[in-house]
Amino acid sequence: MAEVIKTGTYICKGCDLGHRLDTDQLENIATGEGGAVLAKQHDFLCSQVGVEMIREDIDKGEINRLVIAACSRRAKTEAFRFDDIAMTRVNLREGVIWIRPETDEAKETTQEMANDYVRMGCTEVKFMHTPDPSHEQTLNKHILVVGGGYTGMTSALESSKAGYLVTIVEKSDSLGGTAGKLHKKVPTHSPYRDPEDTGVTELTALIAADPNITVHLQSKITNTEGAPGRFTVSISAESGNTINETFGSIIQASGFTAYDANQLTEFAYTDNADVITQLELEALAKEASGGAIKRPSDGKEVERVIFVQCAGQRSQKEGHLSYCSGFCCNTSIKQAMYFKDSNPDIYTNVIYTDLRTPGAGGEDFYRSGQDKGITFTKGTVNTIANNNGNLSVNYKDIILDEDSTLDVDLVVLATGMIANSGVNIDAVKEDEDADSTEVAVPVESILNLQYRQGPDMPQLVNGFVDSHFICFPYETRRTGIYAAGPVRRPMDTKQAADDATGAAMKAIQAVENAGKGRAAHPRSGDLSFPSFRKEGCTQCKRCTVECPFGAINEDEKGYPQYNESRCRRCGTCMGACPVRVISFENYSIDTVGQQIKAVEIPEESEEKPRILVLACENDAYPALDMAALNRVEYSPYVRVVPVRCLGSMNTIFITDALNSGYDGVVMMGCKKGVDYQCHFVKGSEMAHYRLSKVADTLQTLNLEEERVAVHEVAITDIKRAPQLIDDMAKTIEEIGLSPFKF
Amino acid sequence: MATKEYSFYPGCSSQKGASSSNYLISVETLCEELDIKLNTIPDWNCCSASIGYSGGGELPRLALSARNIALSEQHHGGQDIVATCAACWLATREAAERLDENADLMAETNEALKEVGLKLEKNETKIRHMTEVLIEDFGYDELGKHVKKPLEGMKIAGYVGCQTNRPFGIAGESFENPKYLDKLVETLGAEPVEKYDKKVSCCGGALAFSEPDKSQALVKDIIEAAYDGGAEMIVTPCPVCQMNVEVYQDQINATYGTKFKMPVVYYSTLMSVAYGRNAKESALDGQIIKAKKLEEIAAK
Amino acid sequence: MSDLNTQLVEKYRNNFLQEVKDNVEEGDWVKMCMQCGVCSGSCPMGPYWDHPPQEIFMMIRANKREEVLSSNSMWMCTSCYNCIARCPRELPITHIMHGLAHYAKRLGLAPKNQPTIKFSQLFWDNLMKKGRVNELKLGLSLYFMNGFAEGVKKAWKMKDIGLGMTLTRRLNPLEILGGHGVKDQTGFQNMIKKAQELEAARIESSVKK
Repeated sequence: MAEVIKTGTYICKGCDLGHRLDTDQLENIATGEGGAVLAKQHDFLCSQVGVEMIREDIDKGEINRLVIAACSRRAKTEAFRFDDIAMTRVNLREGVIWIRPETDEAKETTQEMANDYVRMGCTEVKFMHTPDPSHEQTLNKHILVVGGGYTGMTSALESSKAGYLVTIVEKSDSLGGTAGKLHKKVPTHSPYRDPEDTGVTELTALIAADPNITVHLQSKITNTEGAPGRFTVSISAESGNTINETFGSIIQASGFTAYDANQLTEFAYTDNADVITQLELEALAKEASGGAIKRPSDGKEVERVIFVQCAGQRSQKEGHLSYCSGFCCNTSIKQAMYFKDSNPDIYTNVIYTDLRTPGAGGEDFYRSGQDKGITFTKGTVNTIANNNGNLSVNYKDIILDEDSTLDVDLVVLATGMIANSGVNIDAVKEDEDADSTEVAVPVESILNLQYRQGPDMPQLVNGFVDSHFICFPYETRRTGIYAAGPVRRPMDTKQAADDATGAAMKAIQAVENAGKGRAAHPRSGDLSFPSFRKEGCTQCKRCTVECPFGAINEDEKGYPQYNESRCRRCGTCMGACPVRVISFENYSIDTVGQQIKAVEIPEESEEKPRILVLACENDAYPALDMAALNRVEYSPYVRVVPVRCLGSMNTIFITDALNSGYDGVVMMGCKKGVDYQCHFVKGSEMAHYRLSKVADTLQTLNLEEERVAVHEVAITDIKRAPQLIDDMAKTIEEIGLSPFKF
Repeated sequence: MATKEYSFYPGCSSQKGASSSNYLISVETLCEELDIKLNTIPDWNCCSASIGYSGGGELPRLALSARNIALSEQHHGGQDIVATCAACWLATREAAERLDENADLMAETNEALKEVGLKLEKNETKIRHMTEVLIEDFGYDELGKHVKKPLEGMKIAGYVGCQTNRPFGIAGESFENPKYLDKLVETLGAEPVEKYDKKVSCCGGALAFSEPDKSQALVKDIIEAAYDGGAEMIVTPCPVCQMNVEVYQDQINATYGTKFKMPVVYYSTLMSVAYGRNAKESALDGQIIKAKKLEEIAAK
Repeated sequence: MSDLNTQLVEKYRNNFLQEVKDNVEEGDWVKMCMQCGVCSGSCPMGPYWDHPPQEIFMMIRANKREEVLSSNSMWMCTSCYNCIARCPRELPITHIMHGLAHYAKRLGLAPKNQPTIKFSQLFWDNLMKKGRVNELKLGLSLYFMNGFAEGVKKAWKMKDIGLGMTLTRRLNPLEILGGHGVKDQTGFQNMIKKAQELEAARIESSVKK
């Protein structure tokens, strides 16, 4: 590019910066080593006057790169928003003066910190370009909903209400899903006293009357490819025809399958018609329609009934589900009410170990059940046996610590839910790795995605689709495809309805952002996207494997094929690339690497170590900002470089830093594992994985392993984050300065 | 400030020659200082506290309190009932609330009250503890204005106990850590024990009589925690607490090898001394374990 | 066992919870217990209960009528109200315990020789005499409740306390001669009698319902 770089550096003197720092010296560094064509100081840069001064210089073409040396990039974002120029922020306030004491001894090291940060900013910006979207996609306001149950119907109606076209694909011959099989549902409105109508009939009628919604029953998806804004989907329809259509985004509401109670031999489910599941009781209750419920074996009206909670659930036994399905306690209360409301003299006993009634009205509903005379026994059921046509339930009363037997007409088992999440692509991968000849995939794919990483969405634990459970509950690891309802985690209809609405909003967000060529989320609106330098690429596939979102396919020659609107802009691919050919316009190996190199490394004799901190800008960096706000001091020898995600950390940064004389490197990313907090799900995990191999590098350099540390830091670690920095400073003090200072 | 009048329910233990007769003496002194007029409910009867339940069923126990409330309605209409004893206050207030909530019980109670020619008409009388009156109708600032001899240099543990604290307590205070006794101690110029672990622990109540060993184990902890907090004295608003914590110290010392000699006084005694009244008016002669420091201040 | 007890067993066969609801003070609340155990953990006498409140509630639901009513557990209640203050379901646990205790006593099922039962009865009898409690007589009858010899022993053990109380004029030996009381003795006695009759009638009628 033959573009002439004209950097403008604007130094703020407000918030005590002018008093604490020698800003003339900063100006000289910017125009000198920093190569800025102009540098200006201002008493109050974020004021209208200050901002207009910058604006004017940009508009007049005086500058085409912008460095704002003031407060943290997280502060004053509205005032300092210049979309039409490559810019960076130099953090002199939270990064320097707020974390250093105002003493004579500290003055020199504080100024050095500020000087370095100005050098780093001026260098970084030289390697940045104004992002420009590729325009690979168009606005497509058509949303595909997979599954016509309670969740799917709600998603469809919510999307339609917001003005989007919807197509529902349902595998069975009717809408309604599991909710359609229920007699009534757990109440969703105050006073949460009685079971209420499921509302499925109304939902079905609303869908039928909605001109924006098309329904395909007895249909399946045979192929899905593309990206947000341009998903091409093949639907094998009831008619036998295949319909090909394009969609802007997809909501997967494929629901759950009931646990197979035949596995519960101790409860004699298979042998006894009067031992039934909750779902089977719903059918009996539907038939009775408010009248007396009759037991299946001989049609006798039920007088005594026991509900067994956690049947085959929350148990480590082989074949059982280890998790809580969440809905079953409320369901048993509801079902006991079917009996109590028809005849208060019917004996109903719910045997539980921990009664869990989630949701706003859960506790009130439980109380209502007690008020109606349902007995609740804290205990575990051992066996159920046939006793002359009746059932003998043998259980251990946990409170009274004794075994008891109750004779009843009917036993209802609260069995759990198993997510319909399609193929477990990680299991498939493991099989491949193991060179297994068996095809151990009995599950049919739901989406049939033509993605490099597999045909369905990645799962987190227990077969539920991975969607960011802590921060962004509807964001799965396939941008533009959103999981809603029990496929994501166990839930009841009320929660599923909320979930469906949330997923619809996410689907709309993806459609709209794709139409504008911007990132969908969580860096919503980001116009940059990764590209690679083909000449350098070795077709090693690290990027396509490591991308947490399956955004990168491979072309026929094995080169990465980016799907811009699937990309979350985390840079994990950039961190993964061993030959460092992947970059964003405004974030690259150079923008980070050159900052590292721009720091002035003092002579060994000066005894001033330098510590590089690569801090995740989502959690660790804000934690440091907040520490500064609280005036928590930390070492002046540290230089902090924010990264989009620790996943974008390329090991070259560490090698370069150590080679150029840094004494230590600290990396701060988010929590990884099944209870991850990483915005980009796998980014932090990938970084940790890569670093496990850094020890070799250190050995070749003949350096101590302690010089490199990686930590999980949460946004709340306001005291801990600075402490980790000081810990490294102390380590350096102990092991001595790096020998690589030239 | 004009004279404030209340319908007074003294309770059995405050009678002459009874276990908390000293409490009544100091309360009377306090009321003189604060210009409070206590109009004793004529011919009041025992409330049965919370121990009469073996012989007395719910209705007879309600009738006891209902008679007192009805007498107050009849003779001191419009005046709040004030009790100094925690159990009296609790039993009476509880009865009033129970009757208010349950029309059947109210009807039956009134049938019993016919036998004494009374009827619970409105059941709207507020039933209050003396400390409530001091805090709500006067307030710490006003209470502080009457201090003539600040209790300087004293560290006092505020033992709130059970029944002045639960289930009603003083409005705005927590059950787990009520602060009003501490604030009162501060108002009088002394230093409260900030972290008094056993502030709201039970002394055994009436079970001090039937289960002395178990109760004394509880009392031991209450006194020990006061010593641990650096206290030289315990102050309490409840006659049962006062008696249980004060009088068994010798027996506890014998059982546990402790050397307790902790004076336990009523808030009214503390206030009377701080308000400049003499030892007799403050009922300091009622202390089995002498409150020497207070005696010195009162003698000044 | 009383005749009334037999009738009640007949009437409420297999439904002790209902019996408690109908006949015990605040008994309707028992069904609302959610078995969290906060009451048991909050009780100052916790270690001495055979069955802490949480367990008592569970036993009622499990129809353990004899075990509950003959238990000495309820008699361990000091009326500290800690359980009431902390119960997340707002059960009036203290009152239910008093109610169960009284009900057991009424039916003749309460344990014999339980000290609190005796003291509680002595307290009630004492206050019934004159409408107000006579602490001296209450104290003396307490010492002698298990017979003369033990009474002398106990009184001896407590003599220092009695002396201390007397010296501070908080115990008046002259109370033995009469002491305080309400003026309207007859009316007072009739009122209580009436209340007792009404209550007994209520329980008896529940048998016939």
